[in-house]
Amino acid sequence: MATLIKNAKIAADNWQRLDRAADGSLPTVPATGDVMVSLALWQAMAGELLGRNGGRLGVWLDGSEDPAQIADSLEALSLVAIHFPQFTDGRGYSTARLLRERYGWKGELRAIGDIQRDQLYYLSRCGFDAFVLNDGLRTPQEDLLRSAQGALSAFNDFTEAYQTSVERPVPLFRRRVAEAT
Amino acid sequence: MYLYDAVDQRLVDERVSQFRDQTRRFLAGELSEDNFRPLRLQNGLYIQRFAPMLRVAIPYGLLASRQLRALAHIARKWDRGYGHFSTRQNIQYNWPKLEDVPDILAHLASVQMHAIQTSGNCIRNTTSDHFAGVAPDEVVDPLVWCELIRQWSTFHPEFAYLPRKFKIAVSGAEEDRAAIQVHDIGLQAVRNAKGETGFRVLVGGGLGRTPIIGTVIREFLPWPHLLSYLDAILRVYNRYGRRDNKYKARIKILVKELTPDVFRAQADAEWAHLKDGPATLTAAEVARITRRFTRPEYQTLDALSVQYTQALARERGFANWAGRNVHGHKVPGYAAVTLSLKKTGVPPGDATADQMDAVAELADRYSFGELRVSHEQNLILADVRQSDLHALWQEAKALGLATPNIGLITNIIACPGGDFCSLANAKSIPVADAIQRRFDDLDYQHDIGELDLNISGCMNSCGHHHVGHIGILGVDKQGAEFYQISIGGTQGNAAALGKVIGPSFAQDEVPEVIEKLIQTYLARRDSEAERFVDVVRRIGIAPFKEQVYGNADQKRENRSGQLAAA
Repeated sequence: MATLIKNAKIAADNWQRLDRAADGSLPTVPATGDVMVSLALWQAMAGELLGRNGGRLGVWLDGSEDPAQIADSLEALSLVAIHFPQFTDGRGYSTARLLRERYGWKGELRAIGDIQRDQLYYLSRCGFDAFVLNDGLRTPQEDLLRSAQGALSAFNDFTEAYQTSVERPVPLFRRRVAEAT
Repeated sequence: MYLYDAVDQRLVDERVSQFRDQTRRFLAGELSEDNFRPLRLQNGLYIQRFAPMLRVAIPYGLLASRQLRALAHIARKWDRGYGHFSTRQNIQYNWPKLEDVPDILAHLASVQMHAIQTSGNCIRNTTSDHFAGVAPDEVVDPLVWCELIRQWSTFHPEFAYLPRKFKIAVSGAEEDRAAIQVHDIGLQAVRNAKGETGFRVLVGGGLGRTPIIGTVIREFLPWPHLLSYLDAILRVYNRYGRRDNKYKARIKILVKELTPDVFRAQADAEWAHLKDGPATLTAAEVARITRRFTRPEYQTLDALSVQYTQALARERGFANWAGRNVHGHKVPGYAAVTLSLKKTGVPPGDATADQMDAVAELADRYSFGELRVSHEQNLILADVRQSDLHALWQEAKALGLATPNIGLITNIIACPGGDFCSLANAKSIPVADAIQRRFDDLDYQHDIGELDLNISGCMNSCGHHHVGHIGILGVDKQGAEFYQISIGGTQGNAAALGKVIGPSFAQDEVPEVIEKLIQTYLARRDSEAERFVDVVRRIGIAPFKEQVYGNADQKRENRSGQLAAA
């Protein structure tokens, strides 16, 4: 069971991920509950998903997928997730900034896949506010919780940053001037 | 010298704490080797052939004497009493213990230094002209821009996990001494007709497995847009650079596959969104950074010191040294001096802790307490009074740092090679040593004239063999170490890649092959003014090839003739 960190706290994860069945057929959409789907599934069954009466919708993008493809759907969504196949694959950092800074995404932006505590700081600066930790499979439950709690300190690894980012849109050199005057 | 402010210091201190905790978790088994690797690399720590190797950043090659003393202290306390200055103006230690590295980093932080992003697939140390700020041919002093880039690239949250490493070099002079044409991004600071500063931007250069000369994608980028334009280039690379094959992951491959025009169009499209945004630099910030650089307080001196000219006339040894190792300066009466780390018998770029302390002392007494590291792996005192040159020469000679070989065949650029590096196919240091011994005679070296000889122990090309007038590359031939030789490479404005002359050689054959190349050159040059590389350009590689391999073929024929007769 993977641990969700949301807004720098350990949180319960109520989102259900829908995937194609093993034979490639479209999944059955539950009438209620929060569900997220891949970009391909969203493109295949947005109509059906939007036709539900209850529950929220989310889409997850893979590293290679362009966020422009969901720009027009964002109003209908409550969650966007970006998948990191390996934590060393940094495309998702750019995808996140584009979603926040170019397409104006204000909702939950969740990092999924190979996510660990040592990436949380940069991820949060690029606009992620939710993280599903890649805990591995064999770790006992109590270790999981302890490591997730330890991970929360990673958000405070650094107290300042030079660059523009989602977290601090104004770079340090402009803020220094503002403080000085 | 750029002096940290409170925030610069805090960030470096916080980095030490972060890495201390990561190391602790790794040693406690809470962090796997795979997960720890990129973290330690971004702190300059490799696991090498015998021990970890720690690469410490020397941003744009500028060092204060107190920092060099700290580097000497680290060499003594945590290493084996020496360090290796690299072709990217950094210093490497070959024998630290993993568990000591957090303490080493803390010691570095106490003198405003670090090992941040000296390795890994991120934006590396920004390099520059080792004569920045003092060169007579300088148009724009690149140091302030280098520091702005250092700050922008340090902990850039979006570009910490790029497809591959990313190197930026900045030059501001007429002659390029920063190798900007063979960097991922090369920036040439220039002035336009109105006298405004801007940058000529090159992208997609690099050595390594696929050497490519960079392409100009913007002739004049006004300075306020420097960081937003870098953001745009890096974002295109981060999103579209190849990640399926590490040998095709550098930006040069993306630029080549897209074509430079398409790459430029993509970068411009990205930039259109970022241009004039908050990353736009302000005159106030440039002025603030400029003020944080200490500058030498030069005296008003005559353009040519009488003492200096008299000493030149008096002592041939001094004149030889001055002819090679003393360089022009934009302030009258001053000179820049190269302290050669290329003495025969010493691995190129290596310096002992005692030498580092002694050089720090020389810097304090002769050069305002500052020095530079050059990409040719030498140390430079950039602000010496001409009238002090003779005294400095005598002291440098006593320290073994006055070999008068800058620009000559024995000023060899070499990577650490197979003696230390786990990537290497072959050793570099013994080859450099054998060549230095072969050409040790100074009169002979001077007769041969200007010649860059560069050695890399593998295709990663840390020894810049592609741009050596003579380049030597270590290759693996069925488990044995062999050396492939190329000629005609050039660094600087006329940057060009050398051509391979033919099949590779065993280690003990290399000095003889170099000798044959030199003999061919000496026989074919039209005057002493025509350099080795000029002759290669004029007559091509065929005559050299013939001299080197013709004989070998002949020997083989002779031998088979003898065998047939027997």
